[in-house]
Amino acid sequence: MKQARKPAARAAAPHRRTLGRRIMDNWQLYLLLLIPVVLTFIYKYIPMYGIQIAFRDFKASRGYMGSEWVGLYWFKRFFSSPTCARMIKNTVLISLYGLLWSFPIPIILSLIINQLRFNRYKRVVQTVLYAPHFISTMVICGMLRIFLSPSGGLVNLIFGTSIDFLTESSAFRTIYIASGIWQDAGWGCIIYLATLANVDPGLYEAAKIDGASVFQRILNIDLPELLPMAVLNLIMAAGGLMNVGFEKVWLLQTDLNKATSDVIAVYVYQQGIESAKYSYSTAVGLFNTAVNIVLLLIVNKIASKASDVEFV
Amino acid sequence: MKKSSGMSQRTSDIILVAITAIVLIIVAYPLYYVLIASVSDPYKVYAGKTFLFPSGFTLDGYKAVFLNDGIVSGFLNSVKYTVIGTVFSVVMLYITAYPMAQKDLPGRKFLSIFFLITMYFGGGLVPTYLVVKQTGLVGSMWSLFLPGGVAVGNMIIVRNYFQNSIPRDLIEASQIDGCSKLRTFFSVVIPLSMPIMAVMVVFSMVAYWNDWFTALIYLGGKGSPLPLVMRNILIKSSATASQAATISGGYAELNKLTELLKFCSMIVAAVPMLIFYPFVQKYFEKGFMAGAVKG
Repeated sequence: MKQARKPAARAAAPHRRTLGRRIMDNWQLYLLLLIPVVLTFIYKYIPMYGIQIAFRDFKASRGYMGSEWVGLYWFKRFFSSPTCARMIKNTVLISLYGLLWSFPIPIILSLIINQLRFNRYKRVVQTVLYAPHFISTMVICGMLRIFLSPSGGLVNLIFGTSIDFLTESSAFRTIYIASGIWQDAGWGCIIYLATLANVDPGLYEAAKIDGASVFQRILNIDLPELLPMAVLNLIMAAGGLMNVGFEKVWLLQTDLNKATSDVIAVYVYQQGIESAKYSYSTAVGLFNTAVNIVLLLIVNKIASKASDVEFV
Repeated sequence: MKKSSGMSQRTSDIILVAITAIVLIIVAYPLYYVLIASVSDPYKVYAGKTFLFPSGFTLDGYKAVFLNDGIVSGFLNSVKYTVIGTVFSVVMLYITAYPMAQKDLPGRKFLSIFFLITMYFGGGLVPTYLVVKQTGLVGSMWSLFLPGGVAVGNMIIVRNYFQNSIPRDLIEASQIDGCSKLRTFFSVVIPLSMPIMAVMVVFSMVAYWNDWFTALIYLGGKGSPLPLVMRNILIKSSATASQAATISGGYAELNKLTELLKFCSMIVAAVPMLIFYPFVQKYFEKGFMAGAVKG
């Protein structure tokens, strides 16, 4: 359709202009792209080139190429460090449990919100549920510290206890994951609600005539509609499985909960920025990224196979 | 099978409203609690006497916030970074997304991949830090903006909006009228993209206002934004001796004020962003959908 309606003037113009001519015609667009491309090159691509310091003994005075090549020295050092196993385990467990808990909740929430028939109430629910997403992790962690305080913290007041949750390593994952759900489950609904808004209203009408209850409508109409998007989100989340955010862990970590709160991201920061062990920190970070990429590829493969069978 | 469900529309409405109401309370109450605690006597708060209404109403905490040099300068720094950063980011998004929305641009595919790769793969903390340092940005405000470059995810949303939601007829008409591509960008595309611009402005604002990690790494303690200043108050719970000297009640009063300061500073940090987003909320879903459609 659109192809056919192209103005006659353009159709008549020579269709195969030379590449040089087409580039010249678009010089303004390239000019617009100049700054973004340069910045991306400098601050995204040069650091990728800089990853090689993970295999070198980097000395700033000698530059990337001039520093001595040490092969896998830093990786070996990381794997033989006493806290290595603990950090890998903590990183994986926080992510994995976090994913298992926080992945289904936005789906369930949006299925419920989508069926609300009172539009004003629906809007209020959405507005309130989005709110925590707009708050800084610093404030969230400040709230957590106050609420979980053994003397007069809200949680202890409600349960009539005086537990110092942030010194209990057994509580750390729950705190981290529950607060993450509190903050972002509502925001996670947006993409699902947008998908559900596209459901053909005729389907609901037909279902109503057939006497389907709300629950049946959710199960038979809404849920299948959400599945492709849910699979996509799962793949994306799995690719970030080793990406336990630095911020919250760093702010909630205490000496006493380290058994479960010691994660790779914090270690990379401490070694790299605080202690300026550039090569070592880069190696640890690279290990983390490599695991992520492998996970992404595996999950992508599984999910595309699964979705071939079920949806196509 | 028909009519086997039994549950009437009314019953299910009640159940759905009840569930969402519980969720509403779980999400809203912690925020409300911080708000009422910020105007209450902290001793009463910690004694468990403040659940629904403020107890021992006081505005001392907010007074202390405005007299606290750290918080005031942190607030002003955050405002500055947020304004400059948002302008920078949205301009970057637009000047990238517009050329990338032209399907006949030679090299478009290469450029797409060039930007997309950075979404999935990066140099990591230290290699990026070293480049920022080598380009002389460490300690400068620009370290907060430039290394971020183009937010590729958002750029794709804007690009798809340009491709799908701006009528082609209008663009073609302006080009027949002899407008250059740049002129079309300014006089047709930008004015017609206000909804997505509003969303992007809010996203950028929130990101810069709430960011402290970038400042922690690159600013070296100078010109700290509000969240980083608050770290001393919230996480380290430190109060300076000079503050104690200025307060007549001595350390008991100071303790009280330190606790109040926690609640009040959290409100001051959270409220500015919470005011803005409801205005553009109706565009969120559309924006995300535009972004999800492959262009």
